[in-house]
Amino acid sequence: MDRHLLSGNEAIARGAYEAGVKVCSAYPGTPSTEVFEELPKYKDSLYCEWAPNEKVATEVAYGASIAGVRSLCAMKHVGVNVAADPIFTAAYNGVGGGFVIVSADDPSMHSSQNEQDNRYYARSAKIPMIEPADSQECLDFIKAAYDISEKFDVPVLYRTTTRVAHSKSLVTFGERTEHEAAPYVRNTRKYIAAPANAYMNHPMLEKTLEDLAAYGCTSPLNKVEMNGTKIGVITASIAYYYAKDAFPEDTSFLKLGLTYPLPMDLIRDFASKVEKLYVIEELEGFMEDQIKAAGIDCIGKELTGKLYELNPQLIRERVFGDKAPTVDVGVKAVSRPPALCPGCPHRGFFYTMSRHKDFVVAGDIGCYTLGGSAPLNALDSVVCMGGGFTVAMGMAKAFEMSGVTGKKVFGVLGDSTFFHSGMTGAAEIIYNKGNVIPVVLDNSITGMTGHQDNPGSGYNLQGDIAESLKIEDILKAYGYKNVIIVDPQDLAAMEKAVQDAVNSEVPAAIITRRPCLLIKRIKHDIGKCSVDTDKCIGCKRCLGVGCPAVIVENKKARIDRDQCVGCTVCAQVCPMGAITREEK
Amino acid sequence: MTKSKSALLVGVGGQGAILTAKVLVNGLMKAGYDVKMSEVHGMSQRGGSVSTQVHWGEKVNSPVIGKGAADIIVAFEKMEAVRYADYLKPDGVVVINDYEMASSSIAAGLAQYPEGCLEAMESHFRCHVLKAEEIAHSLGSAKCMNIVLFGSMVKALHMEDVVDWETVIAETVPEKFRELNLKAYRAGYDAVER
Repeated sequence: MDRHLLSGNEAIARGAYEAGVKVCSAYPGTPSTEVFEELPKYKDSLYCEWAPNEKVATEVAYGASIAGVRSLCAMKHVGVNVAADPIFTAAYNGVGGGFVIVSADDPSMHSSQNEQDNRYYARSAKIPMIEPADSQECLDFIKAAYDISEKFDVPVLYRTTTRVAHSKSLVTFGERTEHEAAPYVRNTRKYIAAPANAYMNHPMLEKTLEDLAAYGCTSPLNKVEMNGTKIGVITASIAYYYAKDAFPEDTSFLKLGLTYPLPMDLIRDFASKVEKLYVIEELEGFMEDQIKAAGIDCIGKELTGKLYELNPQLIRERVFGDKAPTVDVGVKAVSRPPALCPGCPHRGFFYTMSRHKDFVVAGDIGCYTLGGSAPLNALDSVVCMGGGFTVAMGMAKAFEMSGVTGKKVFGVLGDSTFFHSGMTGAAEIIYNKGNVIPVVLDNSITGMTGHQDNPGSGYNLQGDIAESLKIEDILKAYGYKNVIIVDPQDLAAMEKAVQDAVNSEVPAAIITRRPCLLIKRIKHDIGKCSVDTDKCIGCKRCLGVGCPAVIVENKKARIDRDQCVGCTVCAQVCPMGAITREEK
Repeated sequence: MTKSKSALLVGVGGQGAILTAKVLVNGLMKAGYDVKMSEVHGMSQRGGSVSTQVHWGEKVNSPVIGKGAADIIVAFEKMEAVRYADYLKPDGVVVINDYEMASSSIAAGLAQYPEGCLEAMESHFRCHVLKAEEIAHSLGSAKCMNIVLFGSMVKALHMEDVVDWETVIAETVPEKFRELNLKAYRAGYDAVER
């Protein structure tokens, strides 16, 4: 049989295809993004899209489910916070076609602002949760997820972590089975979430959870591996493989795939067969707490801890005190934090912000979060998607109420984030007369997650040309009478734009517009800058732009030719005119 | 305990470690091994330190390893070798590209590039050091540096009998770079002693 090396995300996409899924909607977010980057491969059989945000994606997928087809939505862990509203009510209503919500958590926060454990969403929303441990399970279990969703009339939370989503392992494919939708019939009792209906739905949902707990005791998703009676381990997701490596060979395992509701009778039975019971799970003691509450004695978080990712060596060390010998070579590596790329259009904007000590800048989630790093240090806060505008609003109101003057507040977010949840903030600032200048850093793409299209980019996920929404038209329609569009790479123009906005007598907003250099379909004007060492006085002003290509060696500036793309931002700050862009 | 082997490929975003891992994995798959590979995407890609783990054997459990567990480290940059040294088993093997890339803080003059990276590694581990960047340049393009390093890795780990690596490389890299990468593989293989 053909084996394919697939990431968990690619395998989820394949599994959804094989399950006969027809409508798919998502907003990109590491580590979930590649599920939907993979789906267009199957576009002859299914519809897939990037939605403006996770709530929209969830609602679109749920609408498709109501209409009777199998549907999928996917997001990173914090995306579920945005999508929580429809998820909780979809649980009460139930589904038409199978409805699966992929949540990709990020233990150790490789690419995230927090380490929330989304398993609690399943418990809180009262929906079943399935956790695959490798790519083959990512494919197989999602097919089971659709069957469970339909059999129990409930949405399914499909939870992965970074290591499940991004690790690659061998997968054998199956065939697609078409899922035929029953003819659509209006069912207001089921789908209108009015109080009277919800009142009736809640006890039905409680009964569903009881049925699911019973089902979990015989489901093939949960499997017992008896290898001995001394030690038993209850585990799920990637922690299963870590534990397999870390525990002795005669350890028995109860490996759970359906992790909410927990199959407590199966767990009790397993516990009774072993002398010592461990629960091995990453992040919180989600399973352990419930197992203990059921009166079953077990050991877990007191040894493994609830912070960050685990791995086999950490489990060996924490559970058995068995630390692998390591070598300290005695030389310490300097940290290599991520930085805005050479030629990044955001650099000119943040450099301009960094020149004004009276500016307060609320930032947002994206490549531009890096504007807060040294040497630019141009951000006061970063909270969540869309928070750039609205956190700025709160800060401005606080300054007003406490009589703080002499500060100018900016709210900053990117083009994709503007469509995600920035538009409501832009409305808030106008409606409630905020003393805030909203800035949209428009690089024509969703950058940090790896270049996904958005409502402003002119293309959709299927690769077709799409309506390109104009941010300036939206802002003008909201009442920003002075919308300033500027090329952020032109520092003089950027400074003028900021001053124009600060001094504007009508509500002003700024759009910095220059496409990300990594967009492949655009022809970029790439060049090289170089330093005239006779003119360079070693003042290091050029280092202030925080470009990885600008280096100071032997008290003179040097441009790394391999990295430089000729954006000239460093040249514009040089007081001696020592840096120039080479003629072609 | 499993008898699987694990390799850690470390470098700086954009150096081509992921393609190297892909060649390795394609060959191991062809040879019939169970293979798992782990990499992290997103924020860490932007000029940051990157690592890709490849784990293979008859049956592999965890795609990731912790400290003191790697059989080999292939370092695309010498400071990265030092950064990940504690992931190596004390009897592990290292292939190091004698190549230096400043971090942003070093470029800005706020930190010093550490002295003695190679010497420190050589005094503790069995090391194979080569100037892969220069070799790649001499072959026509710095872009094939990753396959130069791969050639050295195959020799250092005695992996030439696993599979016909030249066929695997030819099948993995884009056609127009095939000849270049085959030359790079051979040059890397010849560049280190065993």
